[in-house]
Amino acid sequence: MLTTISPMHFVVLSAALFAIGLFGAITKKNAITVLICIELMLSAVNINLVAFNMFVTPEAFIGQIFAIFVITVAAAEIGVGLAIMLTIYRNKLSVDLDDFDWMKW
Amino acid sequence: MVSLSAAAFWLLALTILGAALLVVMSKNIVHSVLWLIVVFLGIAGVFLMLGAKFLAAIQILVYAGAVCIMVVFGVMLTQREDMSKSNIFNKRMLTAAPVVGLLLVVSGTLAFKSVDKAPVNGGSVPTNTVEAIGELLLSKYVVPFEVAAILLLVALIGAVFLSMEVKPDADND
Repeated sequence: MLTTISPMHFVVLSAALFAIGLFGAITKKNAITVLICIELMLSAVNINLVAFNMFVTPEAFIGQIFAIFVITVAAAEIGVGLAIMLTIYRNKLSVDLDDFDWMKW
Repeated sequence: MVSLSAAAFWLLALTILGAALLVVMSKNIVHSVLWLIVVFLGIAGVFLMLGAKFLAAIQILVYAGAVCIMVVFGVMLTQREDMSKSNIFNKRMLTAAPVVGLLLVVSGTLAFKSVDKAPVNGGSVPTNTVEAIGELLLSKYVVPFEVAAILLLVALIGAVFLSMEVKPDADND
């Protein structure tokens, strides 16, 4: 287990990275950190996709092409997310997620 | 005898998980972003291990380059006061830790149990990944490729529109 590498190793690595990202996304006050942690989770998914691409369908490149689309969506998401944070900061002068309570009822 | 790829895997895994923990744990958000670059470079190394050279280059260009710099700009434009407490935890720590621990334990045990059942070919990825991916993207996957292009255009216009400065004395018609 320590000396040979199987697909399980990459799956466990990606699960650990996903768990760290989820923990940060739940427990952080700063909205930009939550965006960062979402990027961590998307990267964990990419590790899984590329690992299964190599171990299951190395000729068809399905996992790598899917990972490219995940990277595209992640880049679009962080761009729009940061723009929203900037706009909220201008109105509220805060990026603390606990201050964003306009929609509470 | 530890093989070279096993040693590389454990080194990369330690780097990625340690840097990811530092991203979450550090109290200063600028330090978080800098550790995020380390995480992304480690993931690019994992991609190289898995034979995905093109994806490793994309990972370094898009994530470690563009995304991290954009996040640093976002931090610069939103933080005014004390940086040393810019990235603290909220009150949900006690509920989040068991939930995340449970998720990790469940997925870990499932991965260990399914290690013999995985449909592993054990083949190797072709070495010229760029040509194969380019041909596939413009033939079989051309529709998702164009949709991704439209998504990026919409995100660009949306980001510019959202962050446009609104003058307080402008007449809102």
